[in-house]
Amino acid sequence: MDLIELKDIYKTYHIGDMDVPVLKGVSLRIARGELAALMGSSGSGKSTLMNILGCLDRPSSGEYWLNQKEVGGFSADARALLRNNTMGFVFQSFNLLPRATALENVSMPLSYAAGHVSDKEARKRASEMLGRVGLRDRMDHEPSQLSGGQQQRVAIARALINRPPVLFADEPTGNLDSRTSDEVLQMFRKLNREDGITIIIVTHDPAVAKHADRIIRITDGVILDESAPGGGD
Amino acid sequence: MKIHRTVRTAFLALRRNPMRAMLTTLGIVIGVAAVIAMMEIGNGSSAAIQKSIASMGANTVLILPGTAASGGVSFGSGSAMTLTPRDYEAILRECPSVSSAAPVVRARTQVVYGNRNWVPNTIYGTTPSFLDVREWTDLAEGEIFTERDVLNANKVCVLGQSLVQQLFQEESPIGKEIRIKNVSFRVIGVLSAKGANMMGSDQDDILLAPWTTIKYRVTGSSLVNTNQSSSSADTSTTVNSLSSLYPGGQQSLYPVGSTIQAADNPMPVRFTNIDLIMTAAVSASEIPAAIQQVSETLRERHRIRSGEPDDFNIRDMTEMTRTLSSTTMLMTNLLLCVALIALLVGGVGIMNIMLVSVTERTREIGLRMAVGARARDILRQFLVESVVLCLVGGGIGILLGHGGSLLVQLFLHWPIQNSPGAIAAAVLVSAGVGIIFGYYPAWRASRLDPIEALRYE
Repeated sequence: MDLIELKDIYKTYHIGDMDVPVLKGVSLRIARGELAALMGSSGSGKSTLMNILGCLDRPSSGEYWLNQKEVGGFSADARALLRNNTMGFVFQSFNLLPRATALENVSMPLSYAAGHVSDKEARKRASEMLGRVGLRDRMDHEPSQLSGGQQQRVAIARALINRPPVLFADEPTGNLDSRTSDEVLQMFRKLNREDGITIIIVTHDPAVAKHADRIIRITDGVILDESAPGGGD
Repeated sequence: MKIHRTVRTAFLALRRNPMRAMLTTLGIVIGVAAVIAMMEIGNGSSAAIQKSIASMGANTVLILPGTAASGGVSFGSGSAMTLTPRDYEAILRECPSVSSAAPVVRARTQVVYGNRNWVPNTIYGTTPSFLDVREWTDLAEGEIFTERDVLNANKVCVLGQSLVQQLFQEESPIGKEIRIKNVSFRVIGVLSAKGANMMGSDQDDILLAPWTTIKYRVTGSSLVNTNQSSSSADTSTTVNSLSSLYPGGQQSLYPVGSTIQAADNPMPVRFTNIDLIMTAAVSASEIPAAIQQVSETLRERHRIRSGEPDDFNIRDMTEMTRTLSSTTMLMTNLLLCVALIALLVGGVGIMNIMLVSVTERTREIGLRMAVGARARDILRQFLVESVVLCLVGGGIGILLGHGGSLLVQLFLHWPIQNSPGAIAAAVLVSAGVGIIFGYYPAWRASRLDPIEALRYE
């Protein structure tokens, strides 16, 4: 069963009088429990595709089915709710709140959750998540007291706090050295295997992409080819 | 998002940059502190000014009898004998806007002590409440006569400072006997100095005694000099056992039964008139109501039909009351202007810093939107943040302002008056400033596009 299905997605930006087409008919299926990498050079449209997949932006035309629901036409508030309860985001630059502890950072999305989550419950879930990413002893540390890899793990814990079925990672290792990159990628692997979370990693680095089950290449607004890591074996 | 969590988030955000939060809120702190201090000190001074103007007699309402006329000859204001002590009692009982009242019997005659004599400006026969009406209750020495002295027509009196100066010079007058028209009075008190009134006449040149004493023992009848028609009646039948040693000019309205009877009963049961009723209104603003009530009461008591003219005159101190109310108004308006300007400046400061804060935290806003914050969550977060900033500033301002005015009272001895109204207003206004000046930055924050905001450097 497909978790995500894109049907003929177009996205056109209007800059002044000019129409700039960025996505030109993208169709894509991603099954539940996949670990996919979205690759492409800069300007290829992979960030735009990522924004549409993450419901941060709306396609100009085409259908986006998420969890058997057409979400391409959702209003801003409905998309906010959708992002809150079905998606997690991990960014290249971590985007943690400065001067707030790891625990506060992780529990932050809970305050926008639709159902009421008590403070005690929020604390419990946040510390549980931090334990999952191996930072149980760093709960009261602020981002400035954590290494890059630890910061990214806090960000992963934050993305998972609402137990979303899908996780989007936008260049998650872009700011990390190779050793911590590996740590983070192992973490994704583990989450994918053990919890069955669908993970989509956007990257331009083949070394990162090879950790994925499947590589989706996008060039100039269209999906070029799909291949397993290692180049079509 | 629950409000308590929003407030906590706001505190967290402010804690991230405590120095800036402090400097931002300084505008509100200073504004509110200034308002509170000004209100407390201003109210104190205003109350003190009002009190001193009131002691000049601004709240006083005078009730005089009407005019008597005989054969086309008018005897001028106050010459009819229409006011009675019963009127005074009725006014006190039936007029809620009148706080105190005193009947007055006037006399003008010589006062003798030892080998000195003096004719005081005013000799008033009255009741102890006269001092309440004139706001003159603190005596320099001794005490005022009592209601019992009034009932018994006791021969006691209280002197003004100038009169003491003239008669006693360095001596203490308390317990000494003076003579008024050959009736001897014991001095039991000395009034505090009050100085000249607005017309320049010396208010300390005064002698106060129970009105019954002045009425029945000294003058016999009021207005001996003015009311020519009645004074021409008889002097031969005058009997006054108390001053019969010296032949005086006493006269009575009606012939008295016998010498013994008069000696036994110095207050003959007969129609008695008084020269004046002095009343004090509850406050300057109650004066018109007091006049209205007094007028109705007296018309009813004197059985005056509607359409007929009053047989009495009522006078108030319009000039003084106007000064009083305009002083207070001016003071309040001035304070209000200062307060508004201070808070406006503070509010602009808040808005400025909130705009900077929104720009600076663009990525945070983007992140919050990405994890599910709706536009109205962001709007509320920034609004709450600016309101919290303003309320904290307002709270500190209230404490500082109150502390400041306490210091002023302690070291400069200025009167201050606590003003709970101003404190409540300060809290409301600072919250209002937070909402008004925080709204635009918060609105800008909520309009951000999450993609743009996340990419913002």
